[in-house]
Amino acid sequence: MLFHQFGTRTARAGAIAAVFVSIALVATGCSSDSGTPAASDGGSGSSDANLSITFLPKNLGNAYFETSDKGGEKAIKEFGGSYAEVGPSEATPDAQVSYINTLTQQGVGAIVVSANDPKAIGGALNDARDAGVKVVTYDSDTDVEYRDVFINQADSAGIAKVQVGLIADQIGDAGEVAILSASANATNQNAWIELMKKEIADNHPDITVVETVYGDDDDQTSFDKTAALLQTHPNLKGIISPTTVGIAAAARYLQTSEYKGKVALTGLGTPNQMRDYVNDGTVTAFALWNPADLGYLASYAAKALIEGTITGAEGDTFDAGDLGSYTVGADGVVLLGDPYEFNKDNIADFDF
Amino acid sequence: MSNTVTAAPTRVYRDYGQPYWRRALVTRESGIIALFVIVVLAAIVWVPYFDQPITMTFLLLDVAPILLIALPMTLIIITGEIDLSVASVVGLSSVLLGTLHQAGLPIPLAALVAILAGALGGALNGFLVTVVGLPSLAVTIGTLALYRGLAVGLLGTTAVTDFDPFWTSLAKSKIGDTGVPSIMIPFVILLIVFAVVLHFTSFGRGVYAIGQSSEAASFSGVKVQRTKFILFVLAGAVAAFAGIYYTLRYGSARGDNATGLELQVIAAVLLGGVSIFGGRGALHGVIAGVLLIGVLGSALRLANVTSDVINIITGTLLVLSVVSTSFLAWLHKKQPRNRGIKDGSHAAKA
Amino acid sequence: MSTLTTKPTPNVLLAGLGAFLRARETSILLALVLVIVVTTIKNPNFLFSSDGFRDLLLTPSILVLVAVGQAIVIITRSVDLSVGSTLGLTAYLTGRLFIDVPGIPIIVVILAGIALGAVLGLVNGALVAFAKVPALVITLGTLYAYRGINVLWAGSDRVNASDMPKDFLHLGTTSYFSIPLLTIIALVVLVAAAWYMRNTRGGREFYAIGSEPAAAELYGLKVTKRILVAFVACGALTGLAGVLYAARYGTINSQAGSGLELDAVAAAVIGGVAIFGGSGTVWGAALGAVLLLTINRALPILGVPDFWQRAVVGALIIGAIVLDRLLALRQTRKLRETRNDSNE
Repeated sequence: MLFHQFGTRTARAGAIAAVFVSIALVATGCSSDSGTPAASDGGSGSSDANLSITFLPKNLGNAYFETSDKGGEKAIKEFGGSYAEVGPSEATPDAQVSYINTLTQQGVGAIVVSANDPKAIGGALNDARDAGVKVVTYDSDTDVEYRDVFINQADSAGIAKVQVGLIADQIGDAGEVAILSASANATNQNAWIELMKKEIADNHPDITVVETVYGDDDDQTSFDKTAALLQTHPNLKGIISPTTVGIAAAARYLQTSEYKGKVALTGLGTPNQMRDYVNDGTVTAFALWNPADLGYLASYAAKALIEGTITGAEGDTFDAGDLGSYTVGADGVVLLGDPYEFNKDNIADFDF
Repeated sequence: MSNTVTAAPTRVYRDYGQPYWRRALVTRESGIIALFVIVVLAAIVWVPYFDQPITMTFLLLDVAPILLIALPMTLIIITGEIDLSVASVVGLSSVLLGTLHQAGLPIPLAALVAILAGALGGALNGFLVTVVGLPSLAVTIGTLALYRGLAVGLLGTTAVTDFDPFWTSLAKSKIGDTGVPSIMIPFVILLIVFAVVLHFTSFGRGVYAIGQSSEAASFSGVKVQRTKFILFVLAGAVAAFAGIYYTLRYGSARGDNATGLELQVIAAVLLGGVSIFGGRGALHGVIAGVLLIGVLGSALRLANVTSDVINIITGTLLVLSVVSTSFLAWLHKKQPRNRGIKDGSHAAKA
Repeated sequence: MSTLTTKPTPNVLLAGLGAFLRARETSILLALVLVIVVTTIKNPNFLFSSDGFRDLLLTPSILVLVAVGQAIVIITRSVDLSVGSTLGLTAYLTGRLFIDVPGIPIIVVILAGIALGAVLGLVNGALVAFAKVPALVITLGTLYAYRGINVLWAGSDRVNASDMPKDFLHLGTTSYFSIPLLTIIALVVLVAAAWYMRNTRGGREFYAIGSEPAAAELYGLKVTKRILVAFVACGALTGLAGVLYAARYGTINSQAGSGLELDAVAAAVIGGVAIFGGSGTVWGAALGAVLLLTINRALPILGVPDFWQRAVVGALIIGAIVLDRLLALRQTRKLRETRNDSNE
């Protein structure tokens, strides 16, 4: 080459570095080879079906998914499969693709995923299905052709109606409202927002939706977006936030703001995050379902798919442990139940 | 008159020259290549699921954008400049592809527009660095923000995801049965072009010369400003092409695609033996650097280690590689210089 | 007989005023005032509501701290790209201390945060000063490494507002004489840093090293030690900013602070700190930070979707450095002319 390097010293340094990195890799490989983190190997593994199920939520560090995935883990422990949870730190579609690819390589039994986008992760999911991996979507769906079964937490129209009803009650059925959503492509939030706008147009003519902002399921972004909303729309009467991260951040901002009590806030939140705000009057009432049940049901659905009990066709039934028996509806959708309203009177009774 | 001429005592100098094989093989680049091979072997043995052909496929699909952008970036760093805006160009080209596609333009045409936009972006960088005379670090920090801002501004946080499956599967397709992704074909072509330019043309000579001393190069007849300008334009165009691939591979055009990619490219380039001070480096080391980081990431993911540990390792490797160069240079300086004279008789001068 | 032409003694006051008006910092201040005025006309709540006024002062205070630290480093002809990751680590440390050590006094947590930041800065400084590697590369590596450590430590956990004592969170929103506490802290730090940079020997040495490192070395300045001090100061200030971030936002995940380094460098560059070191003041960097964040908050009110924020920042950076370059060229030309004139 043109520029003569340092000769033997470089080689020596290179060799030392090589040894160092190899040792590091060996240590990593050995330590994690003895079991995946958060894996619970079932002792009563009866079938030779591959009951390794991995949960892939929209992003990690989200209290809602922590609860739902714990529910999934509980189910998996019951029937003796092995559980793992992976996910990106930001709720973007391309981040999920890498994880799906890795899971395909690892040959897991099923992936349970909450999609950040209805189409973008479809290609990777189909690659996985071609390799024999079952795909269950929960919380946020993909397009029908990319997954086997979708566990819907509640009927979308019902979710929309409940939230609109709550805000209408709290602002006297008239005035300006804004929506603080999650990420702009999220299938579930977009479906609910569409239905909410329709519900408002049909049944609440005196309410106007002035703006929809996106907090990306990131706490600081949602916090700042709430501040911006209140600044920009001085006549705002209410905010609907159909995402647990958004409503928690918005409540925190409202609590120290001059608009506390003057601007109503509702949406989908977890009792533990919202307890303070309900008790001091920042938030009157909000809704949700039990996310743990969602994860639990998803695990049993995955098990049923792996064992061949169901294929995702309409009318298939499968057993879901403590929740009883469930039937697959049209388009491979399984409905969990109805949304539940939390307020001052009952919030002390829950712990999630 | 004497017939015997007393030969002046010959000074026997120690031979510092090294045989060709040693000069060719014992270089910074071969150190990285050796490291890469060792890591691959270690991964095959210790990481479950690593030794399948599909691992290589996914690996190459993942690192293809970095491989592509590393090519012009190597040349830029050899000239002593830097371009931090490449990832933002990737994002911008991704967004342009998405918005034009939504507007109804066929993909090939939209892709062409995106590449032109990337070249324009690179031209702006080049203009500010060569004509206005600003330091490339400051300029590219500014354009990093500007281009990323344009990308996010155009599309907001929405993503365009309804690309025709023909194009998205083309991006992920493989060459026949080999498992090597088709994106490697344009990459290899570009690699050959860049390697030939760098090592066999006067333009490439000029690149090295500028890195060693741009004043001396200028006086030797190298068109310094024009060379740098061309390199920045190339970086922009190649980054835009990588952006098109990225968009189609993930099926999602989004304003913040590939955020942080520039760090991975620079880390790989520096790991591959290119000196940050300019004037030194070669492409084969860079390729090995990119693949090394890729393999480490892939192996760790398969071992279910959090993929953010790879960040710690990348950062540490980057720091180690530049510090070790500096350290070796310091050691080299410490070597006493005139051990060579063997006859030991300075008095023979008289 | 020769007539002595005496130059009239310049009026000191006018000269001082002239320098003030021409100073870069003043034009930033004017730009800031302009933005606030225009936005307030569009929506009086921006300035005159109590929330608006509070947020106006509160939001930039964290960035001001980081920008001041960054300015010190840039003045010595380095750069510190790891500040975002440092802030994330110290913010998470703050949360963890409150959770793991119940009843820990707030002042201890603040000091711990500053100490961690200083240590992280020390690592950077040592690598830059001793290994003589460009700070760009080192801090690029530590940006990665520190963020990775942060994620490894935090895992998928995060610190919630309910985990931290109410007194601490109160610090984030409380005001004295309607000026938020965080702003007061930032102002105190700013004044102290500005005084140090201008009036003490250590501060002047930073400028010397940034202007011409070789000359500084030959002159006998302890360049290595000064660079270490610069990075430690930057790290410590960022550590303090991390603690305040925890107080203000309450929820901290492993991504806290990512991307902050760009804003800090932008604030410094816009505020007149030359990227090649040797000139600029911390006042400028602080004003740059306030201007940047105020523009961010003003954009949605002016009807520009806030997606365009980043583009505005980028345009401002480029505008600032082009402006700097033109001014430098003009100054060189003027100096050359005076030299030519005095040679005749």
